[in-house]
Amino acid sequence: MASIKVHLEKCTGCTLCVKACAFGAIHMADRKAVIDMAKCTLCGACVAACKFSAIELEKAAGPKKDLTPYKDVWVFCEQKKGVIQSISYELLGEGRKLADKLGVKLCAVLLGHNMKEAAAKLGERGADKVYLADHPALKAYQDDPYTAVLVNLVEEYKPEAILCGATVIGRSLISRVAIKTNAGLTADCTGLDVDVKERLLLQTRPAFGGNIMATIIAPNHRPQMATVRHKVMKEAELQPGRLAEVVTKSYPEETYASRTRLLDMVEELSATMNISEADIIVAGGRGMGSKENFAQLEELAKVLGGAVGASRSAVDADWIPYSHQVGQTGKTVVPKLYIACGISGQIQHLIGMQSSKTIVAVNKDPDAPIFKVATYGIVGDVNEIVPALIKEFKRALNK
Amino acid sequence: MNIIVCIKQVPNTTDVRIDPVTNTLIRDGVESVINPFDAYAIEEAVRLKERCGGKVTVVTMGPPQAENVLKEAIGLGCDEAVLVSDRKFAGSDTWATSYTLACAIEKLEGYDVILCGKQASDGDTAQVGPGISTHLDIPQVTYVKKISEINDKAAKVERMTEEGYDVVEVPLPCLFTVVKEINTPRMPSLKGMMRAKSAKIAKWTAADLEADPAALGLDGSPTRVVKIFTPEARKGGEMISGTCDEVAKELVELLKGEVV
Amino acid sequence: MDYLLTEQQTMIRDLARKIAQEKIKPVSAQYDESEEFAWPIMKVLAESDLFGVYIPEAYGGLGGGIMDMCLVTEELSRACGGIALGYAGTGLGTLPILLHGSEEQKKKYLPDIAKGKRLAAFCLTEAEAGSDAANMKTTARKEGDKYILNGTKQWITNAGEAEIYTVIALTDKSKGVRGASAFIVEKGTKGMEFGKKEKKMGIRASATREVIFTDCEVPAANLISREGMGFIVALKTLDTSRPGVAAQAVGIAQGALDHAVDYSRTRVQFGQPISSFQAVQHMLADMGTQVEAARALAYSVARMVDAGVKSVSKESAMAKLFASDVAMKVAVDAVQILGGYGYMRDYPVEKYMRDAKITQIYEGTNQIQRNVIAAHMIKETLKK
Repeated sequence: MASIKVHLEKCTGCTLCVKACAFGAIHMADRKAVIDMAKCTLCGACVAACKFSAIELEKAAGPKKDLTPYKDVWVFCEQKKGVIQSISYELLGEGRKLADKLGVKLCAVLLGHNMKEAAAKLGERGADKVYLADHPALKAYQDDPYTAVLVNLVEEYKPEAILCGATVIGRSLISRVAIKTNAGLTADCTGLDVDVKERLLLQTRPAFGGNIMATIIAPNHRPQMATVRHKVMKEAELQPGRLAEVVTKSYPEETYASRTRLLDMVEELSATMNISEADIIVAGGRGMGSKENFAQLEELAKVLGGAVGASRSAVDADWIPYSHQVGQTGKTVVPKLYIACGISGQIQHLIGMQSSKTIVAVNKDPDAPIFKVATYGIVGDVNEIVPALIKEFKRALNK
Repeated sequence: MNIIVCIKQVPNTTDVRIDPVTNTLIRDGVESVINPFDAYAIEEAVRLKERCGGKVTVVTMGPPQAENVLKEAIGLGCDEAVLVSDRKFAGSDTWATSYTLACAIEKLEGYDVILCGKQASDGDTAQVGPGISTHLDIPQVTYVKKISEINDKAAKVERMTEEGYDVVEVPLPCLFTVVKEINTPRMPSLKGMMRAKSAKIAKWTAADLEADPAALGLDGSPTRVVKIFTPEARKGGEMISGTCDEVAKELVELLKGEVV
Repeated sequence: MDYLLTEQQTMIRDLARKIAQEKIKPVSAQYDESEEFAWPIMKVLAESDLFGVYIPEAYGGLGGGIMDMCLVTEELSRACGGIALGYAGTGLGTLPILLHGSEEQKKKYLPDIAKGKRLAAFCLTEAEAGSDAANMKTTARKEGDKYILNGTKQWITNAGEAEIYTVIALTDKSKGVRGASAFIVEKGTKGMEFGKKEKKMGIRASATREVIFTDCEVPAANLISREGMGFIVALKTLDTSRPGVAAQAVGIAQGALDHAVDYSRTRVQFGQPISSFQAVQHMLADMGTQVEAARALAYSVARMVDAGVKSVSKESAMAKLFASDVAMKVAVDAVQILGGYGYMRDYPVEKYMRDAKITQIYEGTNQIQRNVIAAHMIKETLKK
């Protein structure tokens, strides 16, 4: 059984581990770290934080798996109605960098029906090789056949890393594949890199609520799997004419069997723009005061050609539907311009928008945390400033 | 109908504050609550019971204090509760967690529907639900926003997608992860809370689960943390002051490159 | 202050607080504006069993007393005094049955009330019978196994929304107050109608209407206690319910105070939060002390009632008088602390001020309460 211990001779009493522990399990006694085992979750944060290797996490050595046959970086390319989703290009862009560092091929995996042409085109987005499974049963996503095909591919070709979108499809699929192939999986990575010597995928993501970043590895398991949210990575540039080798795979019919049956796919046209795609977002929070005041933001967004976002409290107050919520429990957005009106800037909100290029914050409380991330801050009453902004932008944009 | 809900206790994020000096979370006095997404799973489980009859068993893996969230779940209408707790589970990542929960579910006397929240608010991985269904080798539908039809053989549900929703038919037993849109959770009832106070909660250790010890806890977890760091806080920018019209004019000037 | 609540009372208070915070607070301004009756909130209260806290277990309740009812009323009022009244008004309408009803009547009505399936209302006031309740004109004439009710009750809380009405009417005009009797009348009874909804200064989420009886036939089985006991039933009901009005006032005062404290910490003038100014601090200190004193008095009287003390008229009048005066004063001071913002509808404190006013008026004006208190004091010295 795994355990953790402090090497007292190495511990300097620097308290870095105390600060690192998200569970309050470490305290100092006699200038030495003491771990409260009742609180410790063996998360390893303190081990990573200690500069003196004074904390050791002991893990039972499982049967050693031969990792050498595993090579290449794979990207699961998501398609809907035969159209490759932009998340796939974002992953190919990131995957290309990782494959180059490791000196291996970047391979795209595409499952669908009548996708041969689209498969060949993935070369133009940086793929060296494309594994294509083309079958009517793969036309639209279903857990069972997609899992079976991907597991088969992994077992046959043994990639060392697989990247997948943190989308509805990606999250459902890759979680199943990770279990079946006994692989490590890290969700919602915001940064990826590789340790070339150890051939490790270094997966960085917010942890313990978001203001601490953790880098996660899966040293003894292959493939190493990671999901990445939409808009976090940059799309691979189009290189017209670049070719990829397409390997078309087919499997016995039972591989495509599905216990679930997809009866219908319904598209709901939303009147407002999907916030994760918008370049400009005007967002409002509790500070807007009322539903009527909140509606002003729609006008400002319209003038700017942007979308309306919201903090959780504005959604909870029923001023706007949940699909507009930005933050930890809503969407991550990376627009060019984010205007936060009456949003105090709780960490849960900041997580979802702090990568925006330019952030403008309007709030009546000068100490609101939102000002700490804002490019431009305005202290004042949103209900006076928003109408003034609408007027000025209208003039500037000749509307 | 045997309905199982898997829940997690998480720190109550609504009262999480950040230490401005160390830029770390202040956890003192932060209470543990039911993962907000799991509240929808509990509500849906209780509604399924009201619709089809049967019983709801709530399961969690966690430290001994996680008993509190199980009691809360009973207060919300669940009938029985199981706490899966053992030092041997410490260090579990989503692989080991879903394995452990799957072992616990197999030990229960049968199941028709397993419900999970779509993800936990502290980890945000959305991996444990699908992990459980894979370990149990049952079909799943993730991101369910409506269970439109259900009988003891099959269900018809709506799965939320980025563009709208899919209508999916699935045979039982199966696992659903549910989204916020599926219902509005009820408030606890006093009678439920009193029942919870005296309710007996089954406590299972690793030994009770008949699980493969190598697949539990840190040992059974492929992933581990190698580094933690505090992201560089984005520097606060320029403050603009003046009358409303003045600040609006100045801001428009500053943003010309972004907007025009 | 620690009022040494029982475990069950703590649970009741915490749940009521949670509902107030999560369900009522976000919608209180909206209901105040629209003057609608907050049925969705009533449903939440019902599902949470809060309507049953003061009803005996034998009738499907939780077996608590007036103290439990006060805890719920206070917490709900802290978020919205108007929405809280849907709850408290049901308590008032239920008390005649709880205190004086027959076993059959209790069995028939209390379980539905405890579950929150049906709300209740108490009908005493008339156009010419406010403080002078003895001047009522509504009559109940016995005919065979029925009573025929005629007359109009005014400003009845929950009227139109509630399904169970306890009504005081004269069965024998010649005997004055000794000729009054109490009846249970169900909504839908032929000859029972409701007037238009009143437009009020505050507690606007509560429904206030006339209840009009025109040859309304009520089964004789619906007579509470005996003929001629109506006034006793009414007085006993009001004595018992007054700690509830006090609790409502304490809740309103606490809610206004909460906003004032929050605001004083974030509002910066002359370069510092206004909470750092002694002028503001002293106001807050007085407000806090007054609210706590009102709460202590209200709880003490509620506990006297629950302990079965025979006459609580003087003490319950004191609790209602003091708490409602405190509510008005604290709400006015809260508006003052918020200054211009306090006067604006965008901020919630002006609503607390409007809501507070009614607590000085209904269930006996504070002038009448003083009469009652003084009369008791004088009577007590005479006995010595």
